[in-house]
Amino acid sequence: MSRDASKLGFYLLLAPLLLWLVLLIILPHIGLFVVSVSEKVGVREYEIGLGNYAAFFTEPLYWRTFARTAIMSILATGLTLILGFPIAYYIAKLTKGRTKTTLFLMCMIPFWVSELVRTYGWMILLRESGVFSSFLQYVGLASGPVEMLYNDAAIMVGLVYTSILFMVVPLVTTLDSLDDSLIEAGYDLGGSSFSILREIVIPHAMPGIVSGCIVVFMLSLGNYLTPILLGGKDSLWFTGMIYTQFITRFNWELGSAFGFLLLALSSVLVFVGLKLSRQSLSGTMGR
Amino acid sequence: MIPTVPQPAVMTWCYRAYVILFFVYLALPLSVVCLFAFNNSVFPSLPWEGFTLAWFFGSDAPYIGVFNERSILRAIGTSAFVAVWVAGLAVVVGTCNAFLFVRHEFRGKALLYMLMLLPLIIPGVILGISILVFSSAVANTLEDATGMWFDGLRPGLPLVILGQFSFVATFATLVISARLQKFDPSLEEAALNLGASKFGAVRQITLPFLLPAIVASAIVSVLMSFENFNTTLMLVGSESPLTITMFDKLKQGSTPVLNAVSLLLIIVSAAIGLMSLLFQNSKR
Repeated sequence: MSRDASKLGFYLLLAPLLLWLVLLIILPHIGLFVVSVSEKVGVREYEIGLGNYAAFFTEPLYWRTFARTAIMSILATGLTLILGFPIAYYIAKLTKGRTKTTLFLMCMIPFWVSELVRTYGWMILLRESGVFSSFLQYVGLASGPVEMLYNDAAIMVGLVYTSILFMVVPLVTTLDSLDDSLIEAGYDLGGSSFSILREIVIPHAMPGIVSGCIVVFMLSLGNYLTPILLGGKDSLWFTGMIYTQFITRFNWELGSAFGFLLLALSSVLVFVGLKLSRQSLSGTMGR
Repeated sequence: MIPTVPQPAVMTWCYRAYVILFFVYLALPLSVVCLFAFNNSVFPSLPWEGFTLAWFFGSDAPYIGVFNERSILRAIGTSAFVAVWVAGLAVVVGTCNAFLFVRHEFRGKALLYMLMLLPLIIPGVILGISILVFSSAVANTLEDATGMWFDGLRPGLPLVILGQFSFVATFATLVISARLQKFDPSLEEAALNLGASKFGAVRQITLPFLLPAIVASAIVSVLMSFENFNTTLMLVGSESPLTITMFDKLKQGSTPVLNAVSLLLIIVSAAIGLMSLLFQNSKR
């Protein structure tokens, strides 16, 4: 085996990776940044400037939508964690063998189904002529059709539904590796259920919690379908605004600035999340 | 709270009730989508008008079933075309990356590995617009320089394929690397001792060992490509894949045809998903 041949092999393996990362990830993002700092001064004439970012900060609609998207995403992440943790714990610790596999698979099935179908399901349930509305009228709790779609609660339900599996799956994996005897020891030493949860279970599950939260937050922040379809015209979701600038208004400069701001927000929050929990990106995502 | 430590019965029952409620919550939207595919009414809503298969096989307006609805059939074809390309590219690049990251030590490896993971934390919409902006800039430059048209760099299927590939490749790399790490290099050395060429050993020993991971990542890639919406939305041209077509129809007002398509999607993706899980488990 000559060294030259192995060197050649190495470069042949390196080439696709570099092509992919440079052409599809790095250069496009640099391009996005360049467009975001250029201002249109005439037909096909551009100047470098921060006007697009200034427009974002001076127009309340823009930054309010941005803040709203961030806050709703954080809320959705918290809700997903609170709702998903007991389920993950149940699957990991209170079931065994067949039941465990079945429950775990049942959690996975909605994940395999297109987000569009999931959201469509919620539309059928929640809208004015929907199943819940008909049910309430049938039971006699409502006298006329009830519109449950097109509000923030509907968006929240959809966001949690879409992303809960990404919380449950990593949590089950980490909780599975927690030895039951540690929990028993906690009880033997006189701990209450709550203190054991706080001192033993949650610290052990931290990697799972962090990776789950990051994925859920990312999915919520970058979500377009759920807020638009369940929130309707007033959903005011930042991705919707990016879409409007790019496709409807054809203002790519402002749209790029929006895109960059969204990217910055998600990167900062992911970074802070990793730092706070002393995890690394490769450690949490690369599994 | 573990089985060996007794808890008050009320607590246990509350917990169980919550778990049951949770699974109802998971199942409810998908069940209604499936159920209303068989409702004999032009709206996917109550009241129940009786069972029908018209939304699958019907050919008289307004009951035009999935299998007679041209636009949906064409969209399924487009999606399949895109998915095959994305899966093929992702598997090839993923396998190369796996060999690179598992077998080679080089300067900047940690940095490249982190860059490789980046698509996981970039929102799909941003991936879409960044590729759109970049490819348009390249197309403009080339067109100005040469005077020719470069339609492949304008929104359309080639860009959709590249956009989806840009993040699906990360998943393929992770799945295939995980399998390659479990490989015992002495098997390959044995093949070399027996006179195999380096390439022959990889092809006859290592690649068959990787096959389960390769198949699994191809299946996941196809599913991800079929279901992707965010990135596709920004890059789509005149020919739209299934999710985009369904989204457009949904905005105009839904008919049970969408339920029928959804039901088919659910069946196919659940079957494929379960198959890939079983395949991985049986080969482990």
